[in-house]
Amino acid sequence: MLQKKEAETARRDALDISGLSLAVSRSGTDVPLLAGVSVRVARGETVGLVGESGSGKSLTSRSALGMLPRGARTTGGVTVSGVDVLGADRRTLRELRRTRVSMIFQDPRASINPVRRVGDYLTEGLRARGVSSREAAERAPDLLDQVGIRDPRGALRRFPHEFSGGMLQRVMIAGALSTEPELLLADEPTTALDVTTQAEVVGLLKTMQEAHGTGMLFVTHDLDLAAAICDRIYVMYAGRIVEEATGASLFRSPAHPYTRALLEASPSVHGEKAVVKAIRGRPLALAEAPSGCSFRDRCPLAEESCAEGVPPYRAHGASTVACLRPEEVAP
Amino acid sequence: MTLTIPRLRAKAARGRRRRPLTLVLATAFLVLVAAMGLLAPVLAPHSPDETSLLNALAPPGTEGHWLGTDSTGRDVLSRVMHGARLSLLAPLGVVLLSLVLGTAIGLLAARAGGWVDAVLSRGMDIVFAFPSLLLVILSVAVFGPGLTAPICVLAIAYTPFIGRVVRSVAIQEGARPYLESYRVMGFGELRVTLRHLLPNVLPVIIAQSALSFGYALVDLASLSYLGLGVRPPDADWGSMISQAQSAILQGSPWSGLMPGIAVLLTVVCVNLLGEHLGGSISGKRSEET
Amino acid sequence: MTMARTFATRLGLRALGAAVTILLASLLVYGSLFLMPGDPVLALTGGRRLTPEQIEALRHAYGFDRSFAQGYLDWAGGVLHLDFGTSLTYQSDVGALITSRLDVSAPLIAYAASLALLFGLGLALLSAVKGGRVNRAMAVVASTATATPPFVSAIVLLAVFAVGLGWFPSTGAGDGGPADRLWHLTLPAIAMALVSFGVLSRVGHAAFTEELRREHVEVARSRGVGGAALITRHVVRNALAPLVTVIGVLLVSLFAGTAVVETAFGLDGVGSLLISSVSRRDFPVVQGIALIAVVLFVIVNTLVDLVLPLVDPRAAAGRKAAP
Repeated sequence: MLQKKEAETARRDALDISGLSLAVSRSGTDVPLLAGVSVRVARGETVGLVGESGSGKSLTSRSALGMLPRGARTTGGVTVSGVDVLGADRRTLRELRRTRVSMIFQDPRASINPVRRVGDYLTEGLRARGVSSREAAERAPDLLDQVGIRDPRGALRRFPHEFSGGMLQRVMIAGALSTEPELLLADEPTTALDVTTQAEVVGLLKTMQEAHGTGMLFVTHDLDLAAAICDRIYVMYAGRIVEEATGASLFRSPAHPYTRALLEASPSVHGEKAVVKAIRGRPLALAEAPSGCSFRDRCPLAEESCAEGVPPYRAHGASTVACLRPEEVAP
Repeated sequence: MTLTIPRLRAKAARGRRRRPLTLVLATAFLVLVAAMGLLAPVLAPHSPDETSLLNALAPPGTEGHWLGTDSTGRDVLSRVMHGARLSLLAPLGVVLLSLVLGTAIGLLAARAGGWVDAVLSRGMDIVFAFPSLLLVILSVAVFGPGLTAPICVLAIAYTPFIGRVVRSVAIQEGARPYLESYRVMGFGELRVTLRHLLPNVLPVIIAQSALSFGYALVDLASLSYLGLGVRPPDADWGSMISQAQSAILQGSPWSGLMPGIAVLLTVVCVNLLGEHLGGSISGKRSEET
Repeated sequence: MTMARTFATRLGLRALGAAVTILLASLLVYGSLFLMPGDPVLALTGGRRLTPEQIEALRHAYGFDRSFAQGYLDWAGGVLHLDFGTSLTYQSDVGALITSRLDVSAPLIAYAASLALLFGLGLALLSAVKGGRVNRAMAVVASTATATPPFVSAIVLLAVFAVGLGWFPSTGAGDGGPADRLWHLTLPAIAMALVSFGVLSRVGHAAFTEELRREHVEVARSRGVGGAALITRHVVRNALAPLVTVIGVLLVSLFAGTAVVETAFGLDGVGSLLISSVSRRDFPVVQGIALIAVVLFVIVNTLVDLVLPLVDPRAAAGRKAAP
């Protein structure tokens, strides 16, 4: 009986967001933020969620924790390891956050309480789920050791301001993995760090995730970075998913004009494309997006038909894409 | 001479903001109290010193004595009106004196910098942290009763209140390029400070003055309540409450409550105004902590 | 100022600053005798009829027969041995007089401080967490409390709860044991605490609201930390630094507040002793209380400065950036 249940858990996705729409009301009017977002992360899989600021990618990842904006109304479903997040009461949510999901935030210096010791931060998640302080303290040095912090025992007694940003991000990773979660949400975990540290932290994150067999949703604005470490990638624009593909194929042959623009806008590490093209216009939130395809205002391929409705998802090459003319998007 | 002086942005911000009703009411009340005090000899229905033992301790609403009478039958309304004069004038004196002192010290500290700034700032910190009421009480011990010494001592006690803010604003404003351009044009330091820096710190000074007016009013009324302030036959709201103390214990609280209400409402209104002025400034300029 | 200072240097500097403040204040307290118009002995005796021997004794005790410096040093030496002179009214030792009055004033200050802290910070926390209507109601309560002078709240409390309803005694500190004393001191403590309560609830509200918005609170929430643990560990704990400073200022102002409240409620405490001594021109007593006030003030401020780095580890490091 128990074994059967465990086998079932193994088959369940770590995260399943299906058709999630979300709106908040601000001074009487409804402001839509997400529309029909579907994201799936299998256990042990690394999935990227890529988009510009305001696209709703952070909101999507936070919905997995049940951390929605005040007064948010939702349709669709969010399940984490089979637990319905949107319908969960406060206790279930707390239990879920303590045991199944962990999040790594963008700015480690703002994310770790500055007046408490690093050891306190590290074991807070463990203690919240009922592990005794003594047992948590015994596990703590090992947790820091795993993320490559020297003198872990000494580090536990120090305060956050005595660490560099990169070291603090390691502490946050150790804290996130301390509860052995099935799903790890990483919200721009390297944006606040300098370039050399970024590579180290990403490498560490990937190693830890593989070692623990955790599913990871990696939220970033950096498509190159996502393509380098993710099995699959979702590209998000103005509160919608516009393309989904495996990391490699997305990089080789983008099917959505926005994905392509993103690739062209990033300085390439591969050397050839020296010219960085900025994307015309500014990124839009869902509420200010035009009817039909949200990207049509900025899209070089836009035609009148793009205004007629939100393009349905269709298969194109290795991608699933919400565009009427993916064949015109040159690789 | 085509340079334009950037006016303090707070001014524009204040104009744009809708004035809430409470603020209008507060201003109206203060104007009313001030007018009552000014016109007390004309408006007051009775002489404030006219006693009538037959009419002692009449409750509010009594014919001819709207706010009742005190333990010697004096009309409370007339006394509150006359009491407004000293109750408002004395703190006004405090504010004017501390205004001059605070602005001078604040500007001096800001423009001089170095050890002058360090000494002045530390001194203001110490005075600021010491309770002003204790200072006035001690001043009475030295100089004897009356209002002159307390007003001077309170003016010193409230100097940091204005000086510290003037200093911090002057340092921020003084770093702006337009002042530098005046110096380059060969204007003297004193002239630049007085003509161009002072107008910019003015809104802050006004806001802080309003708040310290409220505090000074409370301190001086407390002093009179303790019997160390105004001397009879003069009376302010504090001394009226003090004289009503025994009546309160005998169950006739009105002659003490009325001046108490006058103090309370005046301070609430002054604080509202001061905080509004201060708020519209610090809304634009994050205050030092 | 960006230079990182060790704890020991800091302690030394604080002690030095405290000593200088006390020295200056004591000079002022002693020297104020000479500020008074006329013969300092006459000022000191306040017009009392004294025998020539008594006047001569005073002249000697205050060093008027010596130079100012010598007089001050002798007087200060006495003060250091807790010899504040003799009260002219009570003909007793000033130190003993003040100490006996502390039986009323110390519990009164402690009572008022507890009320202000408990209700002020409680209300601040409640309104910061709840927001909305609670928040607006709190703002009105807090600004009214802040603007109510102790002598006004004292007469209102007297009129309503002592005379009107008869729930509490109107005068005296009681002498029937701790419970009786508490009962007698309740109204005075409320009158004294009201302004501090208002200030604390406003400052506390601002501090708590700011800390609630911090990202690490959100992060803790994302880890399933909630309820009381979240509030105490991440909000209250972090707001302590700004609050400690304000609490220090309020404690000193409560000491000054005893003057008004003890007079209003007929309590025989240090505050009412100060007032009666000022009106009777009993200068040795006034000097003694003034010195105690200054020392208390310096102690509280030094404590605040020493506690701050414990509360905020970043302050301890002199805000030095991470290596």
